[in-house]
Amino acid sequence: MSFFKAEHVVKNYANHKALDDVSISVPAGAIYGLLGPNGAGKTTLIRVINQITAPDSGELFLDGKPLAPGDACRVGYLPEERGLYKKMKTGEQAVYLARLKGIPKREAIARLKGWFEKFEIESWWDKKVEELSKGMAQKVQFITTVLHEPELLIFDEPFSGFDPINVELLKREILALRDKGSTIIFSTHNMGSVEEICTHVALIDKARKVVEGPINQVREDHANNTYRLQCRHDPGFDPGEITGDEFALLSRRVEEGRLDLVLQQTTPCPPNTLLDRVLPRVEVISYQKIIPGMHDIFIRLTTNR
Amino acid sequence: MNKTFIIIGREFSTRVKKKSFLLVTLLVPILFALFYAFMMWMMLRDDDQERAIIVINESALDEPLKARHNTHFTYVEEMQESAYARVLRDYYAIVRVPATVMERPEIPVYSLSQVPVELKNDLGGQVRQEIERVKRAAVIARVQFPDLEKELDATRTPVTVRTLVVSGAGAGGEDRPAIREGSSEITSFIGMIAGIIIYIFIFGYASQVMRGVIEEKTSRVIEVLVSSVKPFQFLLGKIIGVAAVGLLQFLIWIVFGTVVILAAQAFFLPDLDLESLKQGANLTEMAAASGLDAGQLAVVQNLMKTIDLPFLLEFLGLFLFYFFGGYLLYASLFAAVGAACDSETDSQQFMMPLTIVLLAAFYIGLAAMRNPETPLAFWGSLVPFTSPIVMLVRIPFGVPAWEILASVALLVATFLFFTWLSGKIYRVGILMYGKKATWKELYKWLKY
Repeated sequence: MSFFKAEHVVKNYANHKALDDVSISVPAGAIYGLLGPNGAGKTTLIRVINQITAPDSGELFLDGKPLAPGDACRVGYLPEERGLYKKMKTGEQAVYLARLKGIPKREAIARLKGWFEKFEIESWWDKKVEELSKGMAQKVQFITTVLHEPELLIFDEPFSGFDPINVELLKREILALRDKGSTIIFSTHNMGSVEEICTHVALIDKARKVVEGPINQVREDHANNTYRLQCRHDPGFDPGEITGDEFALLSRRVEEGRLDLVLQQTTPCPPNTLLDRVLPRVEVISYQKIIPGMHDIFIRLTTNR
Repeated sequence: MNKTFIIIGREFSTRVKKKSFLLVTLLVPILFALFYAFMMWMMLRDDDQERAIIVINESALDEPLKARHNTHFTYVEEMQESAYARVLRDYYAIVRVPATVMERPEIPVYSLSQVPVELKNDLGGQVRQEIERVKRAAVIARVQFPDLEKELDATRTPVTVRTLVVSGAGAGGEDRPAIREGSSEITSFIGMIAGIIIYIFIFGYASQVMRGVIEEKTSRVIEVLVSSVKPFQFLLGKIIGVAAVGLLQFLIWIVFGTVVILAAQAFFLPDLDLESLKQGANLTEMAAASGLDAGQLAVVQNLMKTIDLPFLLEFLGLFLFYFFGGYLLYASLFAAVGAACDSETDSQQFMMPLTIVLLAAFYIGLAAMRNPETPLAFWGSLVPFTSPIVMLVRIPFGVPAWEILASVALLVATFLFFTWLSGKIYRVGILMYGKKATWKELYKWLKY
């Protein structure tokens, strides 16, 4: 059951197409990674989801119903380009943004105090934003994004500009929000964090969606039948003996008494064919199917076209 | 709607809480008063330079020039032109009254630097009076008419011009038009002050809206904001919030001004009965009672007659309307300019046309003050871009109702149209970063 759905979204600007028939489906409780090169149309899609810009055509659904202006309170958005009023006091500003999301003033203050305590930044309440460092201001902005406990959270590059300790803090909070029931869409160029926390991904390139699905399945689907075989090095062993007609040897490396082979299956054959051939001949240390990382998939899909 | 109020609240409170708001609110009236006092002082100031002037009197006139406060005259019978330069080291000027001055009234004045206009007029005036006196005496002596001198003096008659405004549809209908007495000097003055205030307000507050838009755009806070509220709703809240600041400032000034005027009256003229003065009481009697001279009282009476309550209410009502109408029109345009730019320095290109139009409105207003009936003033008070200033200047002179109605209707229609248009540019512009928009792009944004 998808919590958020975009169907056949098209958005044209004067000189170019920003989104060309893009459909995405975000399951409830997912952490949905939105990937794509710069200028692919991610920010436009995110703005369309946030109802900042209207699509030329296409439909959007939140929780099964068409997305309406009133749904702004159910969505939290952390834009890539962070920004707060510089001359306004931190606490006052956070309350203002919370009220615009429909939280009554008192409630907003109470919740904010809680978050400020959690992030150990109580002393910033009466400071002007311009007195805070960039990272500090981003923390405040993160709080204002999630304060109204939105059902759908959209983070555009949430980790950029944070030190590793704060990145961990943020990851923890994002996972905690997911556990509390929020659905999260997040866009990033950091493939490591995608593999670490995303449950689903979609890749957008040149205004079109290239691939979408649960992250494991996407990686699985892009595995091109390559296997890594490690065994005890034996000068008498010739890899040619095991490749047969079905396999091609991609690489061969010897290191510290170990032979490291990468093989690609070229014609279909039963699953354990290779193992059956190698086991009688040499001592096997490991054998695994190579599943590509998101990094490789990203590069492959965006440069092939 | 609720969100619009939250936005209005922020725009209002952040501006009012600033120190600069308090400072401007207090300083502007003081500066105005100081400026006005300075102008008065400049105009009334006695020319306090000591001037010693040599008069070479070759004529039959007996000392035609008499000493005046700081100007002293020394008479000599004759002097060679070759001596002038030397004499001018010690004297400010040399005036020669030629022997032929009665037939050919012309007096040369020699000095090292150009003499001031006032001095020149004074010299001419004194000599003219002396020649006239001598000529008149000659005529009187010739005709041998008893007491002619006195009779002639009695013919001098200063005429007072009372200006009365007749409005066709008065309380008594067509046949008995309302006639209101007023002073054209005071009328011009009120019109001009109102025009200047409107000009300053529109410029000041509309550019505050623009700066706000640019600030939100450059700090990128706008993207978060428009994910919570619609851009147009946000813009509306901002424009209304800033207008509320202007209104508060204006109210403070009105209260401040009224208190000052009442206090001044109680302090300087405690015994003056304004009500009977307005009814046209005998000035000489009142003058005796209040210790003022009749001339000063006449000014006060004129003022009271010109600014009566119905006029004041009508004028204030229209002032507020044109203030808001003009402000809304320009604020929405300035907001669009802000949205199209990345920084304040970028805004010059789009500001230019707006500034020129506003300045033109100001100058048409000044011209309308001198003559409120010219075609320029008429069209200026109908065209919405200039009408807030020009119409206000004209109103104290009396403007036909249909012209006011047409001007009001045009202004409302125009600001609705331009607010809508600016809203479209704003909506697209606030999310466009990195480059300044061109006119062509602005046109494209309208069609998104």
